Amino acid sequence: MLMYRVFSKPQKFSVYIRQIIFEINNIGISSLPIIAIISVFMGGIITIQAAFGFNSPWVPLYAVGFTTRESILLEFSPTIVCLILAGKVGSNIASEIGAMRITEQIDALEIMGINSAGYLIFPKIAGAVFIFPFLIAISMFLGIWGGYVMGVSAGACTSYEYIYGIQAFFEPWKLYYSFTKVVVFAFIITSVSSYYGYHTRGGALEVGKSSTDAVVYSSILILLFALILTNLFLNH
Amino acid sequence: MIEIKNINKTFGDRHVVKNVSFKFLQGKTNLIIGESGCGKTTILKLMVGLHNVDSGSVFYGDQDFPKLDHQGQQEVRKQIGMLFQGGALFDSQTLEENVRFPLDMFTDLSKEEKIERVNFCLQKVKLEGKNLLYPAELSGGMKKRAALARAIANNPKYLFCDEPNSGLDPKTSIVIDELINDLTAELNITTIIVTHDMNSVIEIGDNILFIHKGENWWTGDKSQILNTDNKELYDFVFASKFLKTVFKKS
Repeated sequence: MLMYRVFSKPQKFSVYIRQIIFEINNIGISSLPIIAIISVFMGGIITIQAAFGFNSPWVPLYAVGFTTRESILLEFSPTIVCLILAGKVGSNIASEIGAMRITEQIDALEIMGINSAGYLIFPKIAGAVFIFPFLIAISMFLGIWGGYVMGVSAGACTSYEYIYGIQAFFEPWKLYYSFTKVVVFAFIITSVSSYYGYHTRGGALEVGKSSTDAVVYSSILILLFALILTNLFLNH
Repeated sequence: MIEIKNINKTFGDRHVVKNVSFKFLQGKTNLIIGESGCGKTTILKLMVGLHNVDSGSVFYGDQDFPKLDHQGQQEVRKQIGMLFQGGALFDSQTLEENVRFPLDMFTDLSKEEKIERVNFCLQKVKLEGKNLLYPAELSGGMKKRAALARAIANNPKYLFCDEPNSGLDPKTSIVIDELINDLTAELNITTIIVTHDMNSVIEIGDNILFIHKGENWWTGDKSQILNTDNKELYDFVFASKFLKTVFKKS
């Protein structure tokens, strides 16, 4: 029922477009610093761990670059970064909408004749579904770059081996798999968090509870859908 | 005019509103008064559709609001302005954006025309020049006035006010009361105020509905209320010993 109201025809397109742009900035651009920091460091850590694990004459050193790329492209950026975003963005959305509910701001929207669910939730979903793939693409790039900088400077592998490794056996359809996951996760994070925020009743305590529930259930659903999508795409 | 007919509302096993009927007059300040918890805010919320009535009718002109579909209710609501107890201003928007919001959503006015209307409304509530302040930067009285400016921005036919004086000092309360009363007469709108503030009742009560234990207990106006022989109403009006003494002397 809530989703029906969210996706019903917008009352004024220009206002919705403005809101979507606002949410792209609010949800997406403001998350860039945390994503960049985590991606660079995780890329470095994966590279060094891979080099440590492959410390054998039977495994070529370009496997370090290969492993880093596969880990980042397939799992770290699409899934782990989205779990981090579920914490940051999900709690933000649930507490924002929850606070609006308990301070009667949502009632005020309804009294004005505005479809509050559509006005508040649709721009968040649309904004996240649009911007998350870009964020994750940046995360992938920075993760692989971080792996290169830290791996080479730590002596885990040479520059040539790393670059050769990240290009080796590349299958472009894996990007399709990764970005499909990202779009699904973006929808899960925003819709689940909005749901918990929108149905908040009570006071500040309940806003906190909604925020926690939003993160917990978003995370569980992300992992569940990661499993389903991985099975669908890779298990053949 | 708005007319409620035999409305009932139950929450669980609590019958909160019992068969209440009343006519709210256009161009008048209509008051719903009663003790805390008597059901007056529930009546207000039933009238605007924030709660659904169990039975009965709420007529806006000749339209029975509870029987309208969602789209029909949205259309009626576009003619409603509401002042919430806490103001319910949008925290993330400036005062100007708050007041402009209904205009952005429902009119095709140019940007200049919207700004002109916003300034007119802010001037009406004596907040001119405060356009760029955020709700967090406003005092309690200013928030109420700002919310009132937003409520009248789109030229409503009906203005609902839920406890407009709660949390305000007596002087600011009178300012808010006078503002609502003046706007009602000037714009010829139907104003419904939920209050238990006796100053408001005596100052601006053109048409009063007294609710006691969820029932329509008494109706009248400010001139009649001070001479009432209705025991429950008398106890409510003269709860203050000071007021009782002053009126006995006069």
